[in-house]
Amino acid sequence: MNDRTVSDVRRTAIGVAIATAAYGVSFGALATANGFDVWQACAMSALMFTGASQFALVGILGSGGSVASGVATAWLLGARNAFYGLRLASLLGLPPRRRPLAAHLVIDESTAQAVAHDDPALARAGFWYGGGILFVLWNLSTLAGAIAGSLLGDPKAYGLDAASSAALLALAWPRLKGTTPRLVAIAAAAVAVGLVPLVPAGVPVMAAGLIAVLAGFARWRE
Amino acid sequence: MSRLWVAVLAAAAGCYLLKLAGLSIPQRVLENTVVRRIAALLPVALLAALVGVQTFGSGQTVTVDARLAGLAAAVTALLLRAPFLVVVFAAAATTALLRLTF
Repeated sequence: MNDRTVSDVRRTAIGVAIATAAYGVSFGALATANGFDVWQACAMSALMFTGASQFALVGILGSGGSVASGVATAWLLGARNAFYGLRLASLLGLPPRRRPLAAHLVIDESTAQAVAHDDPALARAGFWYGGGILFVLWNLSTLAGAIAGSLLGDPKAYGLDAASSAALLALAWPRLKGTTPRLVAIAAAAVAVGLVPLVPAGVPVMAAGLIAVLAGFARWRE
Repeated sequence: MSRLWVAVLAAAAGCYLLKLAGLSIPQRVLENTVVRRIAALLPVALLAALVGVQTFGSGQTVTVDARLAGLAAAVTALLLRAPFLVVVFAAAATTALLRLTF
């Protein structure tokens, strides 16, 4: 990023937020297609505010998974935000009283916009504008998508079940750079699909998470 | 409270605490390279598994149906660097058209 001033940073934040609003519309529509009501869709975007976990929770409960497996998968996906926070804590130099509010805005996009700058003032601007503007648009777009989704009839007639797979794939896509992530992705998908007939819904996805654990240890031993 | 509300609130509480923990706990706890590597690979594994299950699973059985064509359309769109909405729309439209035709 070549943003040199705070207003450059703010312009980038607006652009990223508008692009991400497309995910928000899709999320709202998929949430209502999977049996959540408009309020629940909006509560997820306002209170969870981390896209991958939201899509996962909706997908697992929508396909008959238990509350426990859906919630656990959402937590596991949200664990990456803890690592972002770790990096942001030293970069942003937040006073303790600011942490509770800042924490809510720790997501992929705000982290990317903060770590793009070495200058602390620009990093802080990237984080607060990146997270804050995205939060507003994410919630508005979720509401719009949820209302649109609740007006549709049978979600399968519109191919919304395939849209859900496509949305998750698009979330994973930028992370599939290099051999290890690709092998992990293929192995995890294979293990999960193979387990579908054998274990209750929701469990195959969590079991596939073990592939990441194994791969993490395997590279370490090299 | 309905089970969906329980799921929404529990997932939200956990996700928030994870974010807060990252900003608050001492650096050295998460410094371990293996932990970092697992954390980087975990989203890849979980998202890929979800894609697999949502494409091939229907209840407790594995089936190949119009969803696979939708996923293929999404892959094509991603390879062409299409924006997110195009990816999702390509998948939905392909699947819906196939269902309408057959």
